Amino acid sequence: MQNEKREPLIHISRRGEISWQRAFAIRALAIVLALVVCAAVCVIMTGENPLSIYGTIWQGSFGSKRKIWVMLQEIAMLLCISLAVTPAFRMRFWNVGGEGQSLAGCLACAACMILLRGILPNGLLIPVMLIASVLAGAIWGVIPAYFKAKWNTNETLFTLMMNYVATQLVAFFCVVWESPRGSGQIGVINLNTELGWLPTVGGQKYLLNVVIVALLCVAMHVYLRYSKHGYEITVVGQSIKTAHYVGIKVEKVIVRTMFLSGALCGLAGFLLTAGTNHTLTTTLVSGRGFTAVMVSWLAKFNPIVMILTSFLLVFLERGAGEIATNFRLNESFSDILTGIILFFIIGCEFFVTYRIHFRRGDSEAKIHV
Amino acid sequence: MKKFAAVLLALAVLIGCAAVVSAETKDVKVGFIFLHDENSTYDLNFLNAAKEACEAKGVEYIIKTNIDEGEACYDAAADLVDAGCNLVFADSFGHESYMIQAAKEFPEVEFCHATGTQAHTVGLANYHNAFASIYEGRFMAGVAAGLKLNEMIENGEFTAEEAKVGYVGAYPYAEVKSGYTSFFLGVRYICPSATMEVTFTNSWYDEALEKEGATKLINNGCMLISQHADSMGAPTACEDAGVPNVSYNGSTVAACPNTFIVSSRINWAPYMQYIIECVQNGEAIPADWTGDIENNAVMLSEINEKAAAAGTAEKIEEVKAGLLDGSIKVFDASTFTVGGENLTSYLADVDDMGDFAPETEVISDGYFHEFEYRSAPYFDIDIDGINLLGA
Repeated sequence: MQNEKREPLIHISRRGEISWQRAFAIRALAIVLALVVCAAVCVIMTGENPLSIYGTIWQGSFGSKRKIWVMLQEIAMLLCISLAVTPAFRMRFWNVGGEGQSLAGCLACAACMILLRGILPNGLLIPVMLIASVLAGAIWGVIPAYFKAKWNTNETLFTLMMNYVATQLVAFFCVVWESPRGSGQIGVINLNTELGWLPTVGGQKYLLNVVIVALLCVAMHVYLRYSKHGYEITVVGQSIKTAHYVGIKVEKVIVRTMFLSGALCGLAGFLLTAGTNHTLTTTLVSGRGFTAVMVSWLAKFNPIVMILTSFLLVFLERGAGEIATNFRLNESFSDILTGIILFFIIGCEFFVTYRIHFRRGDSEAKIHV
Repeated sequence: MKKFAAVLLALAVLIGCAAVVSAETKDVKVGFIFLHDENSTYDLNFLNAAKEACEAKGVEYIIKTNIDEGEACYDAAADLVDAGCNLVFADSFGHESYMIQAAKEFPEVEFCHATGTQAHTVGLANYHNAFASIYEGRFMAGVAAGLKLNEMIENGEFTAEEAKVGYVGAYPYAEVKSGYTSFFLGVRYICPSATMEVTFTNSWYDEALEKEGATKLINNGCMLISQHADSMGAPTACEDAGVPNVSYNGSTVAACPNTFIVSSRINWAPYMQYIIECVQNGEAIPADWTGDIENNAVMLSEINEKAAAAGTAEKIEEVKAGLLDGSIKVFDASTFTVGGENLTSYLADVDDMGDFAPETEVISDGYFHEFEYRSAPYFDIDIDGINLLGA
């Protein structure tokens, strides 16, 4: 037996600094691979040629003027919730409760539309709805933050569970305000009077949402990068001890940041209920609270980059949906495609952070990937 | 003269051609919006009808499945119009407001909605509701259930007083109430001592809850189960427990070979063919359309001889004939009581203005006139003999 240290076949090490070009190349390669695998699956399932499949993906977002607007609206709503969870993430507070905080906003907004219609004039009703939604989201965010700050509870579990509480509350109120009786559905609120509906700007019903979220994106960028609050958030995120040392009140920063995070989710709920859907259902936020985690994380918590990542996710999802419809496949097929795409996108982050070395025979030479 | 005849002939041919051209039908492209996909028995029933009707009529179609009852429905409808559809159909109750929104925006496109209530009051020429008098189908299915109960009583499996039927319903509103009441009246038409217990899942599709509901009813002593919810939850719970099941939306015999008796369902193909023809010929579609046994919209599936009582097919034919000639009325006011009293008058909320205000007298000539004043159920009376759990 030789007393020789055997090198493992595969050896993984953490990369040091990686140039942005290289990181970009890895991510681009992942997207290309994802598209190739998707096309392969589609070809096997449908027998169509891959080019028509890519064409269909493109059509899903850019096929008509309306599709472009729907895509912009989807990006805006996803981006809004992603922006909302980002300050908490930068503080290493894992807020996975965006779904519930947004739903709380939807609930408060719908409550105002139903209970205050005819009592307040529309000009007053809409500001009241806005304040109520933002506060409801903020309260939903502050509860886990307070517990974290006071007793160091696990914020991931806490915010996650708050989602289910919000969903059940919405389910309850769907029955309270149901129409017709017994149906368990609210339907469109104030369909004939349009009380509490946000006005249509420029003849485009999604334009207002898009503009609001675009402004929010810039504001969030400035807040995180140039304000004192933004600095405090970064310090708390990097080291709570350092934060204490430099005199930052960590508890206060946690609660304040989650207030902001929840409030902006509440704003997203307001835009969904008052702006576009004019209803309340348990599926109104439709998982954006969770997708937002990915948008924010893939963008390394940078609000401007998040425009790109949310575009990417919406574009691919709508493309996958278009494939399912056009080739008469089940809608679950679009979930499969989305799954494949996400697998590659998330998986590539591994290769951005780590490098893999392969042992090659006895020689010293190694292959680096 | 010859020349004149030739000219005349040529003219005749021309006129003939012109007549053919003018009689040429309009191209139809149909867009379908479905709440779930083929895993839901409810949506599968629509999917099959959609394919059948479009293929029979040779028209193009696009199907969108898993469309939520929200803005997604409006977006889907608008998208279908962009894709060239001139006829759009949606299958779920909660799609209605969004279909109306789309109908207002695209007056040149026909919008048809199953199970909705507002077409006759909303005042749009291109928005229409449709349903079928499924309570007659449920009544016939109830007859099959009653025969099964009688058979089990005769076999000494339980006494006539213990003949309790269980029912898993989705929501406690008119569509479901009309369904289980007509089913129960069918059961009692055959087995007068029968009672019923109803549990609600508050969801149209929740396999776990439906299975749990059916199991709870079986544990409460229900001898036979039926359901008005769209998953395989209740039928499979019955198969596991060996309790007979009367199904809905279509046969579930493949999954439940030992317990499935029969299923009532609405056959949507006649309506879909009808609206395609209307658009082809440029005819107006009525605001309300109610299918029935006669036009083949209300149907029973094949009877599973293994589970059904002897003579079920013959008895169902007999009842069917009675329903067709009007000698049997499902909601005959003399066959049910409320608080021990027979009803002679009842106001129903037929015009659904969101005010919950009942305005239409629906009992006359000794029976409740279900589906006659709009193409959606409005029978929402809690009658004696039916026990609502948790209500």
